[in-house]
Amino acid sequence: MSTTMALTLDLKGLSCPLPIVKTAKAIKELQPGDLVEVLATDPGSVPDFRAWARSTGNELVEHANLDGVFRFVIRKR
Amino acid sequence: MPARVVVLGGGVGGTLAANLLSKQLGRDAQVTVVDPTGIHVYQPGFLYLALGKAHAQWLARDERTLLRKDVELAVEAAERIEPDEGVVRLARGGSLPFDYLVLATGARLVPEQVPGMVESAHSFYSLEGALRLREALRRFQGGRILLGIAGIPYKCPPAPVEFVFMVEEYLRKRGVRDRSEVTLLSPLNRAFTIESASKVVQPIMEQRGIGLTTFFNVEEVDPSTGVVTSLEGEKAEFDLLVLVPPHRGQRVIEESGLGDVGGWVPTNRSTLQHQGHERIFAIGDATNLPISKSGSTAHFEAPVVASRIASLIRGTEPRAAYQGRVMCFLETGGGKATALRFDYEHPPTPPQPNRFWHAAKWIFNRIYWVTVPQGRIPEPHSKRGANHEHDDGADA
Repeated sequence: MSTTMALTLDLKGLSCPLPIVKTAKAIKELQPGDLVEVLATDPGSVPDFRAWARSTGNELVEHANLDGVFRFVIRKR
Repeated sequence: MPARVVVLGGGVGGTLAANLLSKQLGRDAQVTVVDPTGIHVYQPGFLYLALGKAHAQWLARDERTLLRKDVELAVEAAERIEPDEGVVRLARGGSLPFDYLVLATGARLVPEQVPGMVESAHSFYSLEGALRLREALRRFQGGRILLGIAGIPYKCPPAPVEFVFMVEEYLRKRGVRDRSEVTLLSPLNRAFTIESASKVVQPIMEQRGIGLTTFFNVEEVDPSTGVVTSLEGEKAEFDLLVLVPPHRGQRVIEESGLGDVGGWVPTNRSTLQHQGHERIFAIGDATNLPISKSGSTAHFEAPVVASRIASLIRGTEPRAAYQGRVMCFLETGGGKATALRFDYEHPPTPPQPNRFWHAAKWIFNRIYWVTVPQGRIPEPHSKRGANHEHDDGADA
């Protein structure tokens, strides 16, 4: 399993549900096991990404709040 | 010589901004509205039209009748904007020079971006679409009705939820509810993007037996099998599919290099100026602002733009600022509605649906033509925050 990012999505400034939609779209093009890094500023994106990962089976490997920017790392199912 | 102000688009925002500019500046400005149809359409009526609760002739008026006499109207398509030269080129060859330009061009529907959508899905985002859906609903004898969202952002965020509530009621009145299922396919894990609104509407959906499928972002439709597929890879079967089409900014914005990747105008969130051009402002659906694309947004932005342009022309310091204020009604059926009022800083706290807000929406639908375009509804942004607290007392 790779540990380098297959893709980084800069979704800063977008409001919900755009970060989820853009991520769902982007992740379709990747291979299972690929990691994608998502940067967002919408505070609602934290619960949304958690719920989205649970619902779709993609794994939320980590998330962090870096000075108001939320960073998510997701592993494609 | 009077300053030249050109307003592209004769919708809510463009019409109100033009009227306010002409009122505030009198002979100091010549205001021209450019609109490709010359017809002003009241888009919130589409939903009512689709459900047989409004007539098409209520929803459109001659733009000229809504503009002050001293505002010029050019019934023309704008083909290109030259921001540095300060000129709008018109499709039929003429051109309009401007000192200030207001982009109130709205959104463009692009259903063709979703495979299968044009052939097999209904939509209530245009007059023709709403009329076609009305006839399909009249013929509907039972089955699965799905409402899905095929692109974000889209106009009027409450509309999908309103549609499922209203169509459920419609099916009961037609006597076909027991043979029907109504399901909302939501892009998120809840019925509505705004959490507080979801908490109000979801229990009512449950009570009324309206289904909710979560994290279903529509990707394509297969017309031959009646199946809609999501980006997440799920499938749902339908007998009647209603989709919110993807939206983009207008071509003239994109082709003039004034838009972002979605064709939306990069706009300063408080001055409403184009981020790259001081003399260009944007209102309503045309902007890239992360707030609702709705008539009310345009209605609240237009006075800010008019006031700032008037100050600039008069050589005074522009003071008006947009605070992100939006107000949306949300019909829940059964003669009830709730209201979402919010701004950049204050999320909405919608009241339980009641008869008061339904009546308010009906009255608004009727008085729109003689109040909003003319600026006869007082500007709300001066007392920001204050009306969040007190008007829940209006609950009937």
